[in-house]
Amino acid sequence: MIDYLKEIISGTWSLFVGLGITIKYFFQPVVTVQYPRQTLPMTPRFRGHIELVRDEETGGTKCVVCGMCQKACPSGCITVEGEKKEGGKGKVLSEYTLDFTKCSLCGLCVESCNFGAITFSKDYNLAGLRKEAYVFDLKKRLEEKK
Amino acid sequence: MSAFAQTQTNETFVLNLGPQHPATHGVLRVKLVMDGEYIVDAEPVLGYIHRMHEKMGENRTWAQFMPNTGRMDYLHALAYNHGYVSVVERAAGIEVPERAEYLRVITTELNRISSHLLWFGAFVLDLGGFSPLLYAFDDREQILDLLESVTGSRLTYCYFRFGGVYNDIDENFAAGARAFIKRLRERMPMYHALVTKNIILMKRLQEIGPISEEMCRKYGATGPVARGSGINFDVRKHEPYSIYPELRFDVPVYTEGDSMARYMVRMDEIEQSMRIVEQALDKLPEGPVMAAKAPKIIKPAKGDYYHAVETARGSFGVRVVSDGSNTPYRLKLRSPTFSNLSLFGEACRGMLLPDALALMGSLDLVIPEIDR
Repeated sequence: MIDYLKEIISGTWSLFVGLGITIKYFFQPVVTVQYPRQTLPMTPRFRGHIELVRDEETGGTKCVVCGMCQKACPSGCITVEGEKKEGGKGKVLSEYTLDFTKCSLCGLCVESCNFGAITFSKDYNLAGLRKEAYVFDLKKRLEEKK
Repeated sequence: MSAFAQTQTNETFVLNLGPQHPATHGVLRVKLVMDGEYIVDAEPVLGYIHRMHEKMGENRTWAQFMPNTGRMDYLHALAYNHGYVSVVERAAGIEVPERAEYLRVITTELNRISSHLLWFGAFVLDLGGFSPLLYAFDDREQILDLLESVTGSRLTYCYFRFGGVYNDIDENFAAGARAFIKRLRERMPMYHALVTKNIILMKRLQEIGPISEEMCRKYGATGPVARGSGINFDVRKHEPYSIYPELRFDVPVYTEGDSMARYMVRMDEIEQSMRIVEQALDKLPEGPVMAAKAPKIIKPAKGDYYHAVETARGSFGVRVVSDGSNTPYRLKLRSPTFSNLSLFGEACRGMLLPDALALMGSLDLVIPEIDR
Protein backbone atom coordinates (compact mmCIF):
# COMPACT_ATOMS: atom_id res chain seq x y z
CA MET A 1 0.00 0.00 0.00
CA ILE A 2 2.78 2.42 0.93
CA ASP A 3 4.68 1.45 -2.22
CA TYR A 4 1.57 2.11 -4.27
CA LEU A 5 1.16 5.60 -2.84
CA LYS A 6 4.86 6.28 -3.23
CA GLU A 7 4.64 5.33 -6.89
CA ILE A 8 1.72 7.67 -7.44
CA ILE A 9 3.62 10.55 -5.86
CA SER A 10 6.94 9.87 -7.59
CA GLY A 11 5.16 9.19 -10.88
CA THR A 12 3.25 12.46 -10.73
CA TRP A 13 6.45 14.25 -9.80
CA SER A 14 8.22 12.74 -12.88
CA LEU A 15 5.55 14.27 -15.11
CA PHE A 16 6.13 17.70 -13.57
CA VAL A 17 9.89 17.31 -14.03
CA GLY A 18 9.29 16.67 -17.73
CA LEU A 19 6.98 19.66 -18.02
CA GLY A 20 9.61 21.78 -16.24
CA ILE A 21 12.18 20.84 -18.89
CA THR A 22 9.88 21.77 -21.75
CA ILE A 23 9.05 25.10 -20.07
CA LYS A 24 12.77 25.80 -19.59
CA TYR A 25 13.47 25.14 -23.27
CA PHE A 26 10.45 27.22 -24.29
CA PHE A 27 12.26 30.36 -23.17
CA GLN A 28 15.56 29.46 -24.83
CA PRO A 29 16.60 30.72 -28.28
CA VAL A 30 15.05 29.09 -31.34
CA VAL A 31 17.36 26.59 -33.07
CA THR A 32 15.56 26.38 -36.42
CA VAL A 33 15.74 28.87 -39.30
CA GLN A 34 12.84 30.15 -41.36
CA TYR A 35 13.66 28.60 -44.73
CA PRO A 36 13.31 29.94 -47.49
CA ARG A 37 13.46 33.45 -45.99
CA GLN A 38 16.64 32.49 -44.14
CA THR A 39 19.19 30.04 -45.48
CA LEU A 40 22.26 28.47 -43.96
CA PRO A 41 25.67 28.62 -45.66
CA MET A 42 26.59 25.49 -47.56
CA THR A 43 29.65 23.56 -46.45
CA PRO A 44 32.53 23.69 -48.98
CA ARG A 45 32.44 19.93 -49.45
CA PHE A 46 28.72 19.75 -50.19
CA ARG A 47 28.16 17.29 -53.01
CA GLY A 48 25.52 18.57 -55.39
CA HIS A 49 25.13 17.46 -58.99
CA ILE A 50 28.26 17.73 -61.13
CA GLU A 51 29.33 20.69 -63.20
CA LEU A 52 32.03 21.30 -65.80
CA VAL A 53 35.00 23.38 -64.70
CA ARG A 54 36.04 26.36 -66.81
CA ASP A 55 39.59 26.35 -68.10
CA GLU A 56 40.84 29.85 -67.27
CA GLU A 57 43.39 29.81 -70.10
CA THR A 58 41.12 28.93 -72.99
CA GLY A 59 37.77 29.96 -71.55
CA GLY A 60 36.38 26.56 -72.57
CA THR A 61 36.20 23.29 -70.68
CA LYS A 62 39.05 21.18 -69.34
CA CYS A 63 37.40 17.98 -70.56
CA VAL A 64 39.39 15.88 -73.03
CA VAL A 65 36.56 13.38 -73.69
CA CYS A 66 38.41 10.39 -72.21
CA GLY A 67 35.12 8.92 -70.97
CA MET A 68 36.42 7.89 -67.54
CA CYS A 69 33.50 9.55 -65.72
CA GLN A 70 31.04 7.75 -67.95
CA LYS A 71 32.69 4.42 -67.14
CA ALA A 72 32.94 5.12 -63.41
CA CYS A 73 29.27 6.04 -62.99
CA PRO A 74 27.34 3.18 -61.33
CA SER A 75 23.99 4.34 -62.70
CA GLY A 76 25.01 5.29 -66.21
CA CYS A 77 23.75 8.85 -66.00
CA ILE A 78 26.62 10.59 -67.81
CA THR A 79 26.85 10.83 -71.59
CA VAL A 80 30.01 12.33 -73.05
CA GLU A 81 30.34 12.94 -76.77
CA GLY A 82 33.32 14.41 -78.56
CA GLU A 83 34.23 15.24 -82.10
CA LYS A 84 37.56 15.18 -83.88
CA LYS A 85 39.08 18.63 -84.17
CA GLU A 86 40.55 19.47 -87.55
CA GLY A 87 44.27 19.92 -87.45
CA GLY A 88 44.60 19.49 -83.66
CA LYS A 89 45.12 16.27 -81.79
CA GLY A 90 42.56 14.59 -79.57
CA LYS A 91 38.86 15.22 -79.30
CA VAL A 92 36.84 18.30 -78.42
CA LEU A 93 33.80 18.04 -76.17
CA SER A 94 30.61 18.43 -78.12
CA GLU A 95 28.05 17.17 -75.61
CA TYR A 96 28.05 16.47 -71.88
CA THR A 97 24.68 15.33 -70.53
CA LEU A 98 23.88 14.43 -66.94
CA ASP A 99 20.65 12.54 -66.30
CA PHE A 100 20.14 13.73 -62.74
CA THR A 101 17.04 11.53 -62.27
CA LYS A 102 19.35 8.49 -61.99
CA CYS A 103 22.26 10.13 -60.16
CA SER A 104 22.94 8.97 -56.59
CA LEU A 105 25.50 11.73 -55.86
CA CYS A 106 28.29 9.28 -55.03
CA GLY A 107 30.99 11.43 -56.63
CA LEU A 108 32.86 8.56 -58.30
CA CYS A 109 32.89 10.55 -61.56
CA VAL A 110 34.68 13.51 -59.97
CA GLU A 111 37.25 11.17 -58.41
CA SER A 112 37.83 9.33 -61.68
CA CYS A 113 38.59 12.52 -63.62
CA ASN A 114 42.34 12.97 -64.07
CA PHE A 115 42.02 16.47 -65.54
CA GLY A 116 39.92 18.22 -62.87
CA ALA A 117 37.29 18.87 -65.47
CA ILE A 118 34.23 18.24 -63.30
CA THR A 119 33.29 19.42 -59.84
CA PHE A 120 30.28 19.46 -57.53
CA SER A 121 27.85 22.34 -57.75
CA LYS A 122 26.35 23.92 -54.66
CA ASP A 123 22.91 23.88 -56.20
CA TYR A 124 20.36 22.32 -53.86
CA ASN A 125 17.10 24.06 -54.73
CA LEU A 126 16.14 21.40 -57.22
CA ALA A 127 12.38 21.05 -57.21
CA GLY A 128 10.52 20.70 -60.48
CA LEU A 129 7.44 19.30 -62.13
CA ARG A 130 8.84 17.51 -65.16
CA LYS A 131 11.53 14.89 -65.27
CA GLU A 132 12.96 16.33 -68.51
CA ALA A 133 14.03 19.34 -66.45
CA TYR A 134 16.61 17.09 -64.74
CA VAL A 135 18.51 16.10 -67.85
CA PHE A 136 21.19 18.74 -67.66
CA ASP A 137 23.25 19.83 -70.65
CA LEU A 138 26.37 20.72 -68.68
CA LYS A 139 28.23 22.23 -71.66
CA LYS A 140 25.37 24.64 -72.22
CA ARG A 141 25.28 25.48 -68.50
CA LEU A 142 28.96 26.32 -68.58
CA GLU A 143 28.54 28.57 -71.61
CA GLU A 144 25.54 30.31 -70.05
CA LYS A 145 27.43 30.97 -66.82
CA LYS A 146 29.77 33.49 -68.45
CA MET B 1 -0.33 -14.59 -21.17
CA SER B 2 -2.82 -15.42 -18.45
CA ALA B 3 -5.30 -12.77 -19.60
CA PHE B 4 -5.02 -14.11 -23.10
CA ALA B 5 -5.63 -17.66 -22.01
CA GLN B 6 -8.75 -16.71 -20.09
CA THR B 7 -10.35 -14.78 -22.92
CA GLN B 8 -9.47 -17.11 -25.76
CA THR B 9 -12.45 -17.79 -27.97
CA ASN B 10 -12.78 -19.23 -31.43
CA GLU B 11 -13.53 -15.84 -32.93
CA THR B 12 -10.30 -14.45 -34.29
CA PHE B 13 -9.79 -11.91 -37.06
CA VAL B 14 -6.88 -10.82 -39.21
CA LEU B 15 -5.56 -7.28 -38.83
CA ASN B 16 -3.16 -5.75 -41.30
CA LEU B 17 -0.50 -3.61 -39.68
CA GLY B 18 1.04 -1.69 -42.52
CA PRO B 19 2.47 -1.56 -45.16
CA GLN B 20 1.67 2.12 -44.64
CA HIS B 21 1.58 2.52 -40.88
CA PRO B 22 3.37 5.19 -38.86
CA ALA B 23 4.61 2.68 -36.27
CA THR B 24 6.33 0.43 -38.79
CA HIS B 25 8.58 3.30 -40.01
CA GLY B 26 8.53 2.24 -43.61
CA VAL B 27 6.83 -0.31 -45.77
CA LEU B 28 6.66 -3.28 -43.44
CA ARG B 29 3.43 -5.24 -43.29
CA VAL B 30 2.58 -7.46 -40.34
CA LYS B 31 -0.37 -9.83 -40.60
CA LEU B 32 -1.80 -10.08 -37.11
CA VAL B 33 -4.29 -12.74 -36.08
CA MET B 34 -6.18 -11.05 -33.29
CA ASP B 35 -8.46 -12.25 -30.55
CA GLY B 36 -10.02 -8.99 -29.47
CA GLU B 37 -7.14 -6.77 -28.37
CA TYR B 38 -4.77 -9.74 -27.95
CA ILE B 39 -2.43 -11.04 -30.61
CA VAL B 40 -2.72 -14.75 -31.37
CA ASP B 41 -0.16 -14.85 -34.15
CA ALA B 42 1.91 -12.40 -36.15
CA GLU B 43 3.59 -12.84 -39.49
CA PRO B 44 5.82 -10.13 -40.94
CA VAL B 45 5.40 -9.78 -44.70
CA LEU B 46 8.54 -8.46 -46.35
CA GLY B 47 9.53 -7.40 -49.81
CA TYR B 48 7.80 -4.06 -50.30
CA ILE B 49 11.10 -2.21 -50.68
CA HIS B 50 13.28 -5.00 -52.07
CA ARG B 51 15.79 -3.47 -54.48
CA MET B 52 18.06 -6.44 -55.24
CA HIS B 53 21.18 -4.87 -53.73
CA GLU B 54 22.97 -8.22 -53.79
CA LYS B 55 22.23 -8.74 -57.48
CA MET B 56 23.15 -5.12 -58.21
CA GLY B 57 26.52 -5.79 -56.62
CA GLU B 58 27.13 -8.68 -58.98
CA ASN B 59 26.53 -6.45 -61.99
CA ARG B 60 28.78 -3.56 -60.99
CA THR B 61 32.47 -3.14 -60.39
CA TRP B 62 33.68 -3.37 -56.80
CA ALA B 63 33.89 0.40 -56.45
CA GLN B 64 30.54 1.05 -58.09
CA PHE B 65 28.71 -0.82 -55.33
CA MET B 66 29.95 1.68 -52.72
CA PRO B 67 26.99 4.11 -52.92
CA ASN B 68 24.56 1.19 -52.48
CA THR B 69 25.88 0.40 -49.01
CA GLY B 70 24.71 3.76 -47.71
CA ARG B 71 21.22 3.11 -49.03
CA MET B 72 20.60 -0.08 -47.09
CA ASP B 73 20.62 1.29 -43.57
CA TYR B 74 20.16 4.97 -44.16
CA LEU B 75 20.50 5.72 -40.44
CA HIS B 76 23.92 4.16 -39.96
CA ALA B 77 25.29 4.35 -43.49
CA LEU B 78 28.92 4.67 -42.45
CA ALA B 79 28.99 1.31 -40.68
CA TYR B 80 27.73 -0.29 -43.88
CA ASN B 81 30.43 1.56 -45.83
CA HIS B 82 32.89 0.20 -43.29
CA GLY B 83 31.72 -3.39 -43.63
CA TYR B 84 31.94 -3.36 -47.39
CA VAL B 85 35.31 -1.61 -47.72
CA SER B 86 36.79 -3.87 -45.04
CA VAL B 87 35.81 -7.06 -46.82
CA VAL B 88 37.12 -5.81 -50.15
CA GLU B 89 40.35 -4.64 -48.50
CA ARG B 90 40.70 -8.07 -46.94
CA ALA B 91 40.09 -9.71 -50.32
CA ALA B 92 42.42 -7.45 -52.28
CA GLY B 93 45.05 -7.24 -49.52
CA ILE B 94 45.03 -3.45 -49.25
CA GLU B 95 46.74 -1.89 -46.23
CA VAL B 96 44.87 1.06 -44.73
CA PRO B 97 46.82 3.96 -43.16
CA GLU B 98 46.27 4.34 -39.43
CA ARG B 99 44.87 7.85 -39.68
CA ALA B 100 42.23 6.63 -42.12
CA GLU B 101 41.16 3.90 -39.67
CA TYR B 102 40.84 6.50 -36.90
CA LEU B 103 38.75 8.73 -39.14
CA ARG B 104 36.55 5.76 -40.01
CA VAL B 105 35.94 5.01 -36.35
CA ILE B 106 35.30 8.65 -35.41
CA THR B 107 32.75 9.18 -38.16
CA THR B 108 31.12 5.77 -37.69
CA GLU B 109 30.64 6.37 -33.97
CA LEU B 110 29.21 9.85 -34.56
CA ASN B 111 26.86 8.26 -37.05
CA ARG B 112 25.92 5.63 -34.43
CA ILE B 113 24.99 8.38 -31.97
CA SER B 114 22.83 10.07 -34.61
CA SER B 115 21.15 6.75 -35.39
CA HIS B 116 20.39 6.09 -31.72
CA LEU B 117 19.11 9.64 -31.26
CA LEU B 118 16.72 9.24 -34.16
CA TRP B 119 15.59 5.90 -32.83
CA PHE B 120 15.06 7.45 -29.40
CA GLY B 121 12.88 10.21 -30.84
CA ALA B 122 10.89 7.93 -33.13
CA PHE B 123 10.41 5.28 -30.44
CA VAL B 124 9.00 7.75 -27.92
CA LEU B 125 6.87 9.14 -30.74
CA ASP B 126 5.44 5.64 -31.29
CA LEU B 127 4.50 5.55 -27.62
CA GLY B 128 2.71 8.87 -27.93
CA GLY B 129 5.27 11.41 -26.69
CA PHE B 130 5.96 14.01 -29.33
CA SER B 131 8.33 16.51 -27.76
CA PRO B 132 11.39 14.23 -27.08
CA LEU B 133 11.68 13.80 -30.86
CA LEU B 134 12.38 17.52 -31.24
CA TYR B 135 15.12 17.48 -28.60
CA ALA B 136 16.71 14.42 -30.23
CA PHE B 137 16.59 16.02 -33.68
CA ASP B 138 18.19 19.18 -32.31
CA ASP B 139 21.23 17.14 -31.25
CA ARG B 140 21.16 14.93 -34.33
CA GLU B 141 21.26 18.01 -36.53
CA GLN B 142 24.63 18.93 -35.01
CA ILE B 143 26.04 15.53 -36.00
CA LEU B 144 24.62 15.82 -39.50
CA ASP B 145 26.28 19.23 -39.90
CA LEU B 146 29.60 17.82 -38.67
CA LEU B 147 29.44 14.81 -40.97
CA GLU B 148 28.29 16.95 -43.90
CA SER B 149 31.34 19.16 -43.48
CA VAL B 150 33.63 16.15 -43.88
CA THR B 151 31.73 13.70 -46.11
CA GLY B 152 29.72 16.06 -48.29
CA SER B 153 26.35 14.44 -47.68
CA ARG B 154 23.92 14.39 -44.80
CA LEU B 155 22.35 10.95 -44.74
CA THR B 156 23.43 8.39 -47.34
CA TYR B 157 27.16 8.79 -46.83
CA CYS B 158 29.71 7.32 -49.18
CA TYR B 159 32.87 8.43 -47.40
CA PHE B 160 35.14 5.39 -47.20
CA ARG B 161 37.21 4.16 -50.10
CA PHE B 162 39.21 1.00 -50.67
CA GLY B 163 42.44 1.88 -48.89
CA GLY B 164 41.35 4.90 -46.88
CA VAL B 165 38.78 7.65 -46.77
CA TYR B 166 37.57 10.16 -49.34
CA ASN B 167 39.20 13.23 -47.80
CA ASP B 168 40.86 14.39 -44.61
CA ILE B 169 39.18 16.20 -41.74
CA ASP B 170 40.03 19.79 -40.86
CA GLU B 171 40.52 21.45 -37.48
CA ASN B 172 36.95 22.68 -37.43
CA PHE B 173 35.68 19.12 -37.49
CA ALA B 174 37.80 17.99 -34.55
CA ALA B 175 36.84 21.07 -32.52
CA GLY B 176 33.22 20.71 -33.56
CA ALA B 177 33.12 17.02 -32.56
CA ARG B 178 34.58 17.81 -29.13
CA ALA B 179 32.13 20.66 -28.62
CA PHE B 180 29.27 18.42 -29.64
CA ILE B 181 30.26 15.67 -27.20
CA LYS B 182 30.49 18.20 -24.40
CA ARG B 183 27.03 19.47 -25.30
CA LEU B 184 25.49 15.99 -25.54
CA ARG B 185 27.06 14.97 -22.19
CA GLU B 186 25.29 17.94 -20.63
CA ARG B 187 22.03 17.02 -22.31
CA MET B 188 21.97 13.31 -21.43
CA PRO B 189 20.66 13.93 -17.88
CA MET B 190 17.92 16.04 -19.47
CA TYR B 191 16.92 13.11 -21.70
CA HIS B 192 16.82 10.80 -18.70
CA ALA B 193 14.75 13.27 -16.65
CA LEU B 194 12.40 13.99 -19.54
CA VAL B 195 11.90 10.44 -20.82
CA THR B 196 13.61 7.60 -18.95
CA LYS B 197 12.23 8.48 -15.53
CA ASN B 198 8.81 9.39 -16.90
CA ILE B 199 6.22 7.19 -15.20
CA ILE B 200 4.20 6.72 -18.41
CA LEU B 201 7.24 5.47 -20.33
CA MET B 202 8.26 3.19 -17.47
CA LYS B 203 4.80 1.65 -17.32
CA ARG B 204 4.75 1.18 -21.10
CA LEU B 205 8.17 -0.50 -21.26
CA GLN B 206 8.97 -2.33 -18.04
CA GLU B 207 8.22 -6.04 -18.29
CA ILE B 208 6.66 -5.46 -21.72
CA GLY B 209 7.80 -7.54 -24.67
CA PRO B 210 10.20 -9.90 -22.92
CA ILE B 211 12.70 -11.58 -25.24
CA SER B 212 14.63 -14.42 -23.69
CA GLU B 213 18.28 -15.15 -24.30
CA GLU B 214 17.27 -18.45 -25.85
CA MET B 215 14.94 -16.73 -28.33
CA CYS B 216 17.72 -14.34 -29.35
CA ARG B 217 20.02 -17.28 -30.05
CA LYS B 218 17.30 -19.14 -31.93
CA TYR B 219 16.65 -16.29 -34.35
CA GLY B 220 20.20 -14.94 -34.51
CA ALA B 221 19.35 -11.58 -32.98
CA THR B 222 22.32 -9.29 -32.44
CA GLY B 223 23.03 -5.77 -31.33
CA PRO B 224 21.03 -3.96 -28.64
CA VAL B 225 18.23 -6.56 -28.87
CA ALA B 226 20.58 -9.36 -27.82
CA ARG B 227 22.43 -7.19 -25.31
CA GLY B 228 19.12 -6.25 -23.71
CA SER B 229 18.50 -9.97 -23.16
CA GLY B 230 21.79 -10.60 -21.40
CA ILE B 231 23.94 -11.73 -24.31
CA ASN B 232 27.28 -10.00 -24.04
CA PHE B 233 28.16 -9.83 -27.72
CA ASP B 234 29.48 -6.86 -29.61
CA VAL B 235 31.46 -7.37 -32.82
CA ARG B 236 33.66 -4.39 -31.93
CA LYS B 237 34.74 -6.19 -28.75
CA HIS B 238 34.52 -9.87 -29.57
CA GLU B 239 35.65 -10.00 -33.20
CA PRO B 240 37.66 -6.79 -33.17
CA TYR B 241 38.32 -4.97 -36.40
CA SER B 242 39.81 -1.61 -37.37
CA ILE B 243 41.30 0.18 -34.32
CA TYR B 244 38.66 -0.82 -31.78
CA PRO B 245 41.08 -3.00 -29.74
CA GLU B 246 43.12 0.14 -28.98
CA LEU B 247 40.15 2.00 -27.55
CA ARG B 248 38.58 1.57 -24.14
CA PHE B 249 34.85 1.18 -24.04
CA ASP B 250 32.29 -0.99 -22.30
CA VAL B 251 29.53 -3.09 -23.78
CA PRO B 252 26.29 -2.28 -21.96
CA VAL B 253 24.39 -5.47 -21.15
CA TYR B 254 21.02 -5.71 -19.40
CA THR B 255 19.55 -9.04 -18.38
CA GLU B 256 15.87 -8.10 -18.05
CA GLY B 257 15.07 -8.71 -21.73
CA ASP B 258 12.12 -6.31 -21.74
CA SER B 259 11.64 -3.22 -23.88
CA MET B 260 13.10 -1.03 -21.13
CA ALA B 261 16.33 -3.05 -21.21
CA ARG B 262 16.73 -2.49 -24.94
CA TYR B 263 16.00 1.20 -24.41
CA MET B 264 18.66 1.44 -21.72
CA VAL B 265 21.24 -0.43 -23.83
CA ARG B 266 20.92 2.16 -26.58
CA MET B 267 21.03 5.10 -24.19
CA ASP B 268 24.21 3.67 -22.63
CA GLU B 269 25.67 3.03 -26.08
CA ILE B 270 25.37 6.71 -26.90
CA GLU B 271 27.63 7.42 -23.92
CA GLN B 272 30.10 4.68 -24.90
CA SER B 273 30.24 6.04 -28.47
CA MET B 274 31.04 9.47 -27.06
CA ARG B 275 33.93 7.91 -25.13
CA ILE B 276 35.20 6.23 -28.30
CA VAL B 277 35.07 9.44 -30.35
CA GLU B 278 36.92 11.37 -27.63
CA GLN B 279 39.69 8.78 -27.33
CA ALA B 280 40.05 8.47 -31.08
CA LEU B 281 40.32 12.25 -31.45
CA ASP B 282 43.00 12.33 -28.75
CA LYS B 283 45.00 9.53 -30.35
CA LEU B 284 44.48 10.63 -33.96
CA PRO B 285 47.87 10.18 -35.68
CA GLU B 286 49.23 12.30 -38.50
CA GLY B 287 49.74 10.83 -41.91
CA PRO B 288 48.02 10.06 -45.18
CA VAL B 289 44.33 9.15 -45.32
CA MET B 290 44.62 7.04 -48.44
CA ALA B 291 46.95 4.11 -49.03
CA ALA B 292 49.57 5.07 -51.61
CA LYS B 293 49.49 1.62 -53.15
CA ALA B 294 45.71 1.32 -53.41
CA PRO B 295 44.93 0.18 -56.93
CA LYS B 296 42.37 2.14 -58.93
CA ILE B 297 40.85 -0.94 -60.49
CA ILE B 298 40.19 -3.59 -57.86
CA LYS B 299 40.56 -7.23 -58.86
CA PRO B 300 40.71 -9.35 -55.68
CA ALA B 301 42.24 -12.80 -55.84
CA LYS B 302 39.89 -15.75 -56.26
CA GLY B 303 38.30 -16.71 -52.99
CA ASP B 304 35.58 -16.35 -50.42
CA TYR B 305 35.80 -13.51 -47.89
CA TYR B 306 33.68 -12.42 -44.93
CA HIS B 307 33.79 -9.43 -42.64
CA ALA B 308 31.36 -8.37 -39.95
CA VAL B 309 30.94 -4.95 -38.33
CA GLU B 310 28.80 -3.74 -35.46
CA THR B 311 26.14 -1.34 -36.66
CA ALA B 312 23.63 0.51 -34.52
CA ARG B 313 21.24 -2.40 -34.98
CA GLY B 314 23.58 -5.35 -34.67
CA SER B 315 26.08 -7.39 -36.57
CA PHE B 316 26.25 -6.64 -40.28
CA GLY B 317 28.24 -9.12 -42.31
CA VAL B 318 29.34 -9.00 -45.92
CA ARG B 319 30.43 -12.12 -47.73
CA VAL B 320 31.99 -11.71 -51.14
CA VAL B 321 33.07 -14.39 -53.55
CA SER B 322 35.59 -13.23 -56.08
CA ASP B 323 36.42 -14.99 -59.32
CA GLY B 324 39.33 -12.66 -59.95
CA SER B 325 37.42 -10.31 -62.24
CA ASN B 326 36.49 -6.68 -61.74
CA THR B 327 32.96 -7.52 -60.51
CA PRO B 328 32.02 -9.66 -57.50
CA TYR B 329 30.88 -13.19 -58.34
CA ARG B 330 28.57 -13.25 -55.33
CA LEU B 331 27.76 -10.63 -52.74
CA LYS B 332 25.84 -11.69 -49.65
CA LEU B 333 24.68 -9.14 -47.14
CA ARG B 334 23.73 -10.31 -43.67
CA SER B 335 21.61 -7.56 -42.18
CA PRO B 336 20.94 -7.46 -38.44
CA THR B 337 17.36 -6.18 -38.50
CA PHE B 338 16.19 -9.11 -40.61
CA SER B 339 17.07 -11.48 -37.76
CA ASN B 340 15.84 -9.05 -35.12
CA LEU B 341 12.45 -8.81 -36.83
CA SER B 342 12.16 -12.59 -37.22
CA LEU B 343 11.65 -13.05 -33.50
CA PHE B 344 8.76 -10.57 -33.46
CA GLY B 345 6.22 -13.22 -34.49
CA GLU B 346 7.04 -15.42 -31.52
CA ALA B 347 7.72 -12.65 -29.01
CA CYS B 348 4.44 -10.80 -29.46
CA ARG B 349 2.14 -13.81 -29.03
CA GLY B 350 -0.45 -13.15 -26.35
CA MET B 351 0.39 -9.47 -26.07
CA LEU B 352 -1.91 -6.48 -26.28
CA LEU B 353 -1.64 -4.61 -29.58
CA PRO B 354 -0.23 -1.37 -28.08
CA ASP B 355 2.36 -3.40 -26.16
CA ALA B 356 3.36 -5.21 -29.35
CA LEU B 357 3.95 -1.84 -30.99
CA ALA B 358 6.19 -0.87 -28.06
CA LEU B 359 8.08 -4.12 -28.61
CA MET B 360 8.36 -3.47 -32.34
CA GLY B 361 9.67 0.04 -31.70
CA SER B 362 12.27 -1.29 -29.27
CA LEU B 363 13.64 -3.61 -32.00
CA ASP B 364 14.70 -0.48 -33.97
CA LEU B 365 13.60 -1.62 -37.40
CA VAL B 366 14.97 -0.03 -40.55
CA ILE B 367 12.94 -1.52 -43.38
CA PRO B 368 15.24 -0.87 -46.39
CA GLU B 369 17.86 -2.85 -44.53
CA ILE B 370 15.55 -5.83 -43.92
CA ASP B 371 14.62 -6.05 -47.60
CA ARG B 372 17.94 -4.87 -49.08
